[in-house]
Amino acid sequence: MNRILFIAPIIAFMALVAIFGIGLTKDPKELPSQLIDRPLPAFALPAIEAGGGFANTAFTGEPALLNIFASWCAACPQEHPVLTRISAEGFAVYGIAWKDKPQDSRDWIARFGNPYKLIAADESGRTAIDLGVTGVPESFITDKHGRVRFKQIGPISPEVWEGTIKPLMLKLRAEA
Amino acid sequence: MKLLWLALLLIAAPASFVLPAAPAGAVQPDEMLKDPALEARARNISKDLRCVVCQNQSIDDSDAPLARDLRIVVREQLTLGKSDAATMDYIVARYGHFVLLKPPLEPATWVLWLGPFAVLGLGGAGLLAWRRRQRPADVAPLTAAEAAEIETLG
Repeated sequence: MNRILFIAPIIAFMALVAIFGIGLTKDPKELPSQLIDRPLPAFALPAIEAGGGFANTAFTGEPALLNIFASWCAACPQEHPVLTRISAEGFAVYGIAWKDKPQDSRDWIARFGNPYKLIAADESGRTAIDLGVTGVPESFITDKHGRVRFKQIGPISPEVWEGTIKPLMLKLRAEA
Repeated sequence: MKLLWLALLLIAAPASFVLPAAPAGAVQPDEMLKDPALEARARNISKDLRCVVCQNQSIDDSDAPLARDLRIVVREQLTLGKSDAATMDYIVARYGHFVLLKPPLEPATWVLWLGPFAVLGLGGAGLLAWRRRQRPADVAPLTAAEAAEIETLG
């Protein structure tokens, strides 16, 4: 009995250390998306240049990647080559320029190249709030029915594309 | 018993320190609503909503652009005639329970809310059990001879 009384607090302490240790490895900036398995919220945004733009209804028929970016975003140039590659591999990539002047978005695209099928401008940031966006870049993967199936917070690295997102998009392609 | 009370006091003490009131918020004059009652409700709601960019500030305190956007959304919802709870729900539907600076009591937070009481209960029970065991074993009553001896001492 005495031995149990002596050991129990030590075990409890070790359990706490383990729980906090695991907690520290999690990034508190990565909020779980409220949209997983739910359809994209309704939006209709103008293009960054005349013509084009798109609405949430564009996300049906094939899985797609919706990327939130901005010309003022520091991590976006780092992600850009991966988006170019995703597009070259035959996946639909849509872009929303968040809280960005259309002219700045256009200049940014002119400088880095355009991996997007369509680019819309969310100057007021209201659509981004409906999407639960907390920063740029963020990306949503939608299935054939326009439901969000995955959210990437921060830039998509080649590893995340190869290891997580590409297999998911291939699986979504095969889904009914 | 004195020990037990001391332990309880030590546990309760931190709760009695109340943090000083937060400094004036980051609300800009152009965001404010004309109706002071509605604006007061908006301020109250904003104080309980986390700025998702800065995390440990409320949107009422934060100068982040996204915090400003959310303050405006809160005011829009109130202007539309939504209740305080419905306005909160509007933000929670988009950003999840994490935006609430006070986590609600729900299955996922039962441990958080009830855990301290469970620990207090377990600790108290342990302490009582320990003290009970410290009590000396029952002593046999005095024999007649011993009682008589004590009498003679008197």
